[in-house]
Amino acid sequence: MLLVPCPNCGPRNATDMNYRGEAHSRPDPDAATKEEWRTYLYLRDNPSGWLRENWYCSSGCRRHFQLERHTLTGELRNPPLPGRKTAGA
Amino acid sequence: MIMSNRLPESSSEVVDRSKPIRFDWNGKKMKGFEGDTIASAILANGDHILSRSLKYHRPRGVLTHDFWDPNLMVQVGDEPNVRAGHRRLEAGMKISAQNVWPSLKFDAKAANGIAGRFLTAGFYYKTFMKPARLWPVYEKVLARFAPGGEVDLNTPHGYHDKRYAHPDVVVAGAGPAGLAAAIAAAQCGASVLLVEHEYEVGGHLLWGTDDDRAAAATLLAQAAAAGVEILTNSTVTGRYEDNWLGIAQRSHPIAVERLIKARAKVLVVAAGLIERPYVFQGNDLPGVMTSGAVSRLINMYGVKPGKCAVVLAANESGDQAVEDLKRADVEVARVVDARGSTTVNCAKGSRTRIKSVEVSDGSSIDCDLLVTAVGWTAPTSLLNMSGDRPVYDAAAARFFPNSPPDNVLATGGITGDGSRDELIAHGRATGELAAGRANAARHRIQAATASAAAVAGDEPEYPSDNRAPLTRADHPELHRSSTHGLVDYSEDISSKDLFGAAAEGFDSVELLKRFTTATMGPSQGKLETVNTVAILAEARAETIEQVGTTVWRPPYAPISLGALGGRVFEPVRVSSIHPWHEANGYTPILAGQWVRPEHYGDPHAEVRNTRTNVGITDVTPLGKLDLQGPDVPKLLSQLYTNKWMKLPVGGVRYGIMCAEDGVVLDDGVTARLGEDHYLMTTTSSGAGGVWNWVENWLQTEHPEWQVHVTPLTTGLTSINIAGPNSRKLLSRLVDCIDLGPGAFEYMQVRTGTIAEVDNCIVWRIGFTGELSYEIHVPSGHGLHVWNALLEQGEDLGVAPFGLEAQRIMRLEKGHFIVGQDTDGLSKAPTTGMISLLKLDKDDWAGKTEVAWALEDDYPVIVAVQPTDPKIVPEEACQILRDGTREIVGRITSSRHSPTLERSVCLAQVSREFAVAGTTLTVLLANGERINARVMEHHAHFDPEGERLRG
Repeated sequence: MLLVPCPNCGPRNATDMNYRGEAHSRPDPDAATKEEWRTYLYLRDNPSGWLRENWYCSSGCRRHFQLERHTLTGELRNPPLPGRKTAGA
Repeated sequence: MIMSNRLPESSSEVVDRSKPIRFDWNGKKMKGFEGDTIASAILANGDHILSRSLKYHRPRGVLTHDFWDPNLMVQVGDEPNVRAGHRRLEAGMKISAQNVWPSLKFDAKAANGIAGRFLTAGFYYKTFMKPARLWPVYEKVLARFAPGGEVDLNTPHGYHDKRYAHPDVVVAGAGPAGLAAAIAAAQCGASVLLVEHEYEVGGHLLWGTDDDRAAAATLLAQAAAAGVEILTNSTVTGRYEDNWLGIAQRSHPIAVERLIKARAKVLVVAAGLIERPYVFQGNDLPGVMTSGAVSRLINMYGVKPGKCAVVLAANESGDQAVEDLKRADVEVARVVDARGSTTVNCAKGSRTRIKSVEVSDGSSIDCDLLVTAVGWTAPTSLLNMSGDRPVYDAAAARFFPNSPPDNVLATGGITGDGSRDELIAHGRATGELAAGRANAARHRIQAATASAAAVAGDEPEYPSDNRAPLTRADHPELHRSSTHGLVDYSEDISSKDLFGAAAEGFDSVELLKRFTTATMGPSQGKLETVNTVAILAEARAETIEQVGTTVWRPPYAPISLGALGGRVFEPVRVSSIHPWHEANGYTPILAGQWVRPEHYGDPHAEVRNTRTNVGITDVTPLGKLDLQGPDVPKLLSQLYTNKWMKLPVGGVRYGIMCAEDGVVLDDGVTARLGEDHYLMTTTSSGAGGVWNWVENWLQTEHPEWQVHVTPLTTGLTSINIAGPNSRKLLSRLVDCIDLGPGAFEYMQVRTGTIAEVDNCIVWRIGFTGELSYEIHVPSGHGLHVWNALLEQGEDLGVAPFGLEAQRIMRLEKGHFIVGQDTDGLSKAPTTGMISLLKLDKDDWAGKTEVAWALEDDYPVIVAVQPTDPKIVPEEACQILRDGTREIVGRITSSRHSPTLERSVCLAQVSREFAVAGTTLTVLLANGERINARVMEHHAHFDPEGERLRG
């Protein structure tokens, strides 16, 4: 099981966390076309390599945070401070 | 009783001759000693056939006498597939051979052996394919030939346990190197868990010289003194990301088996070496054993394995077996030294035992025991699981680790050869390195943890691997002789089968394995993988390096389903009123994690009493979130579909929440208690999810909003008081809240004192459709307030009602339940509450999709009444277009209504059928079609709401 580095609680089992998926921006709901909105809802890049993700420390400090995971090796890096889902994405 | 093959007592043995044990083998009474394995005890009593083989039902005896021995699967009482070369003998065991009929000695299925040439690899795939309609017949016949013991469906489940461990270092294997590594790591300050597969630590020292056994005892004492936690008869079954380890502990004092999930900073793999059998004609005759089996039987269990032996020796283990046999008074007729050019061609035997051996120099020697010592398999499973791909070394005739990750270290025989002292030295160096790396990892973890205390001292450097490697002893490559024999004893796969499969095109080792099932039996490749690879290489005229090997996957050894299921850690939640429910004849129902009263005997009577007098019900599981701050209205507007900016203090409003795809997520009421203070309620099942949802919006999309959210679900005990007498009842418990109809209206909230309990919240809402109040009291006083309501309302006819009565009343009123009447595809318009979907409001969750849904077609929730009032259609019954099988909807809720004395339903139907007065065709579970009518209002009862507004 992956050991996920929560910036507050430190490395914790992935099952202590809630995986929120690939980090991506929420489009402006009033301006978004159907295609843009549904891309936001359903379509993921699913790269083989580094992927920026949202995690939620649901059984710990309950912070939302982002990290980068290498989908091939399972390596995790650079957990930035918690912030906007859209920041840096 | 005479034990015909028991040797005189010796200092080396692990059996305790002062403690005899009686047991039963195939109905025969036998005697063994404490410390015996099941197999050693049976052998000591003179029997040497312990099973029949899988396909050909050939008689089988001891081959390796350890956990992996494929010939020693027996039934013990109601437990099938017990490994008799591993499991210790216990008093009163009823042991029997499995996979035999009518008896072990005379097995009718041995006829398979005569027809053996038809049962080549792939036989089942090819023969039983067509015609498909005959498969049930094939299945019945094949099932009779299936191996394995008898499963008793009445076997008690037994207690299984689970443990989570966080050691610095886990050492897998307690031979000399593993013990030394554990001791050294512990002496360096690491917390160490040492896991040994067998019942005793020491590895091969246990069946070695007196010095070896003394050394093992010293190491064990040192490990105990250093504080190493030692688990025997336990196996590290798997290694997953970041050293997440599964450990099956079979030695727990109470549990049948315990699964330990350990997160180790460093894993030391000291799995030792497993002796390989040799492939030649007759290699599965009873009386053909590995050198390790012979030394273990003689030295540890005092059992004489035969009378006259031939030994095929390619290494020191074979030499030791010769010495052990001589000491046990077994005649050694011939030592065939495979380090020269001689080898064994084939073995011949009677129906039950080996009789002679043909040597490659042309001689034939009579014997009843053939001992082979032809080399080793490195059980690199845990290294495989760490991502390492071991590399074959032809000079040493085995695989070696390549480059495991930094937090996995290998030591001992798996990495090289050496004397006892050299193995111990390598183990010590590995233990010190493991402790150093674990310490560095601990510093890194603490430095990366904001909430952790500051780490004392500088971060230590990550130690590099400067261990002097063990040397690799030369060893002849001995896999197959000039004849064909069995490669996989568990599956009855011969080298001829492998040649045949390779010729058919299954020439990759992974394909060959799956087609022939070689390495896929109970031995799981521990004995046969390298021989399989070597024979494939031979068939392809390639080298073993070129062929490569299969990847060993978890589990390393079998683990019971009981242990995997283990102890359940799911918490059970109850309200503060629960003791009253228990004492008053409630029928419990599990709702999520909550145990709730379903009813107290008669839910219909509870409904009638509530509609006539007054009822009270425990609704504590209702999700409750305390929201404070100036921006709460913005949050509510974001999450609910309707408007919240102008809710006055003292007001309560109902709202629906959508996910971003427009699907209904939850619903509930939220009250404004003060200027910046709100209480949100959610459905009971949605309590956790909505809390996450709220935090998600506050942390990611709108961190600038000032809102503080606190879950109060269990902090407040919630009671709903419903019925015509509810106002009168509540008024007897409150002083400072004016309950008058004009002063406290429907959908309003008040705070105050109830039954002398301060800080209570009362709101007037009506899920049941009656005049009703929901009160939230600090949970420490919940039971007190409940009792006060019952006492004060006695003359008003107060009685409790359970979840079922509540569900009936809400259905009579046509209130939908999220998740019951809606599903994962139901967008907000389906609820029919179009007026609550405020498209003129700024951004709210799901708005975009809801707007598009409204322009489109969508199913609608409608109230439905069957024409025959006595028929209650089952929930999830389909609704069909009349005269067809086209599904146009389904019944989502249905009950008999005691108020209306008829069946009432809610249904989801396509819009075409949602018009009041439409007659629907409902397909009942029994196949019958009935008619039902779509009603004008959701509410079957009191559609104008006069009762709840009264």
